[in-house]
Amino acid sequence: MHDLSRAEDVEAYLEQHEQKELLRFVAVGSVDDGKSTLIGRLLHDTKAIYEDQLASVQRASKRVGTTGGDIDFALLTDGLKAEREQGITIDVAYRYFSTAKRKFIIADTPGHVQYTRNMATGASTANVALILIDARHGVLQQSRRHAFIASLLGIPHLAVCINKMDLVDYAESAFDSIREEFSTFASGLRFKDVSFLPISAVAGDNVVAKSPATPWYRGTTLLEYLEAVPISRDQNLSELRFPVQYVLRPNLDYRGFCGQLASGVVRPGDDVVVLPSGQATKILAIDGYTGELDEAFAPMSVTIRLADEVDVSRGDVISCVDGRPEVTRRIEAHLVWMSEVPLDPERAYFLKHTTRTVRATVSRVAGKVDLETLNEVPTERFHLNDIGRVEILCNQHLMVDPYEQNRHTGAFVLIDELSNDTVAAGMIVRGFADDAHPLERRLASQISAERRAERLGQRGLAVCFAGVPHAGQSDVMYDLERRLFDMGHAACVIDVAALADGTRSPSLFADLGSQCVRAGMIVLYSTGLPRPSDRLRLREQLGPEQLLVVFADDAAPASVSASSESLHCALTVDERDRTISLLSKAIAARCKVVSDG
Amino acid sequence: MIDQRGLTHLRQLEAESIHILREVVAEFDNPVMLYSIGKDSSVMLRLALKAFYPSPLPFPLLHIDTTFKFREMITFRDDFCREHGLELIVHTNEQALAQGINPFDHGSAKYTHQLKTAGLLQALAKGGYDAAFGGARRDEEQSRAKERIYSFRDARGSWDPKNQRPELWSLYNARINKQESIRVFPLSNWTELDIWQYIYLESIPIVPLYFAAERPVVTRDGQLLMVDDERLPLAEGETPQFEQVRFRTLGCYPLTAAVRSSATTLPEIIGEMLLARHSERQGRLIDFDEEGSMETKKREGYF
Repeated sequence: MHDLSRAEDVEAYLEQHEQKELLRFVAVGSVDDGKSTLIGRLLHDTKAIYEDQLASVQRASKRVGTTGGDIDFALLTDGLKAEREQGITIDVAYRYFSTAKRKFIIADTPGHVQYTRNMATGASTANVALILIDARHGVLQQSRRHAFIASLLGIPHLAVCINKMDLVDYAESAFDSIREEFSTFASGLRFKDVSFLPISAVAGDNVVAKSPATPWYRGTTLLEYLEAVPISRDQNLSELRFPVQYVLRPNLDYRGFCGQLASGVVRPGDDVVVLPSGQATKILAIDGYTGELDEAFAPMSVTIRLADEVDVSRGDVISCVDGRPEVTRRIEAHLVWMSEVPLDPERAYFLKHTTRTVRATVSRVAGKVDLETLNEVPTERFHLNDIGRVEILCNQHLMVDPYEQNRHTGAFVLIDELSNDTVAAGMIVRGFADDAHPLERRLASQISAERRAERLGQRGLAVCFAGVPHAGQSDVMYDLERRLFDMGHAACVIDVAALADGTRSPSLFADLGSQCVRAGMIVLYSTGLPRPSDRLRLREQLGPEQLLVVFADDAAPASVSASSESLHCALTVDERDRTISLLSKAIAARCKVVSDG
Repeated sequence: MIDQRGLTHLRQLEAESIHILREVVAEFDNPVMLYSIGKDSSVMLRLALKAFYPSPLPFPLLHIDTTFKFREMITFRDDFCREHGLELIVHTNEQALAQGINPFDHGSAKYTHQLKTAGLLQALAKGGYDAAFGGARRDEEQSRAKERIYSFRDARGSWDPKNQRPELWSLYNARINKQESIRVFPLSNWTELDIWQYIYLESIPIVPLYFAAERPVVTRDGQLLMVDDERLPLAEGETPQFEQVRFRTLGCYPLTAAVRSSATTLPEIIGEMLLARHSERQGRLIDFDEEGSMETKKREGYF
């Protein structure tokens, strides 16, 4: 032991504590399994609680506690007012303690059935799952469900704490029967190892100190287990995945790519490939704050310089040459649905995967897991806390690995583009070999663009205003429609203001317009598509030659100046007629069918 | 304990914090870093300098100056920013000051709300920042333990603990509407010991008030207050005594209690911390207003 009142001893202590590993674990259990009590006990017995915090809990124990004036350890972890009042844990709380060997981060997650999403959150980064089972009740369905979610989220190590041994007289037989039943079930899951510990959180048996009440138990205490479970080999160091986060360009001579290694090891001189472009190059240098590094490995955050002037930006992945990730727009994945709003297969979501955010739609719902039987059953959509399997189509490539092989490049979240909420967590099962763009696949019309143009005497075109909606814009579009009709063209207005009702995604109007354009129409967006992302979506679907973006300006004189893709015009009251005339001519010119002769 | 290629817990925390700092700069238009001059801010700033080295910091620092900060803090702030060429924005809630709001006559709750929370919201609105880094840690206080790393705030800067976005892996959701913002806490998973250990390991400069020295103090309600300037009203017969004291946490001098100490070096400070049986927030008088008071303040827009 060190005498911490002596500076030399403190230095020795610091040296020892600098060498610690970090272990994250998630603790799950039903409401009454004593999970909060166990965590409170771990914190208390490892001296992670200060006297004043303890005093505050003692005050609260007297007021709302259920332990008749003794310290209610559960109150140490139930932090929020609402929780203290309702007596349940309603969200993930993080707790910290350390021993001489490791620093621990506990994700304390509620065990109540509707809070699957909180458990998934806590489990996503955990090295160990700690599941509590009440020795009196045996293996309940809920324990199986928790183990299943822990396994799905890729936690490698499982510790099953059979709690309240004091209430079954520390009987070995009670422990054995639960262990047997649970082992059979867990052999079908993906844990690297499963351990069983007989404990009593309230009495402190086998938590920090070995209990004299269980002489038949030869295993470790819970704390010894947590200090020794081998986690360093869980880190995937075999295949380099370096998702580029940010490009540093302090001067013309320096171009560094910032990121955190998702897996693998990298050294200067290594051959690498930049994805999705596939350009090959070499590592020139790895920069740290104190100088160049000889090597970097996951999970270090570093800055990499490359030997060649290749095009690299945020969202790209620098990968080893052999054993690359799948580069694909189509994936199969497990989803944990986390939103009150159910999954809508008609809607596009943002999908964030490593440092890349793309648009995605769920193209197929394969089924959801019945949490009673853990079997997959057919379903149309997912609701809050559903777990299921889907196929997803993205508008851009992702560089993916199966989640089982890589917890970083195999994970993603879905974000609702209207509410901005994180609505689902995704674990990739596999990436499909890339094929055609999803939207193109859906729009397999039997009539070719040439045949339509021949019939209608025009090519389709989408016209929309950019920037802030301008007074009188929708009138202009209806006037333009009239003018184009009179000139013999087929044109229609999509009245975004009239159709928008707050529940429809703006991207829907982009998709609707592109369908009409492909059918040969001139589509005039009334109030424009105010979001640049929707104009970009149109441009992606139609190509630049079938999109005309109009920049209206009420200060400029009546003129129409056109570049290839955009056009500037004046929209003052005085100049209005002349502007409409000029615009209609510009549109007609863009739609003209040029015959081969 | 650690295989050939494994990071120590401090290096892993460092790598995760740097990832967060870079992610924010990559995804937000106009981030800012709240700089409180304390030890946590000093660590956060060092991590930011590392994250973007060799480039200069891609965001400014913002200090909400209540005018009641210890004078040594202000000197340290100005010297440090000058030395490292950092862009520093200082904001004070001038309206509240003009109305004479102070911690002596108005109580800590009203004073803190006006000069800290309201001042912060003014400064964030004025700068139009869509993301603001703060140095808070989850081990500090119970309601902080449930805070996300990206903490979503509505147009009024409020936190809604029941309506937080799920945060999985290291995939942070940066999508917000206009007027909304995100408070980002890169040090969420660091503990007080981690902070001190990192300061020691990296030789990070900190305000001298953390080290024990002879300072003029008065004793009130069992707490030692430093008489940093003539604004501290003295009761009749109360005279400042010079005592060997230091501070475990820094804030406004009338609201920050000193502890008697002889620790003049980092190892001595850390030794004291390891032996201490009181958490650092006890030196902060604002948490004692009522139980759950930090949660209430954060709902109002406090960091």
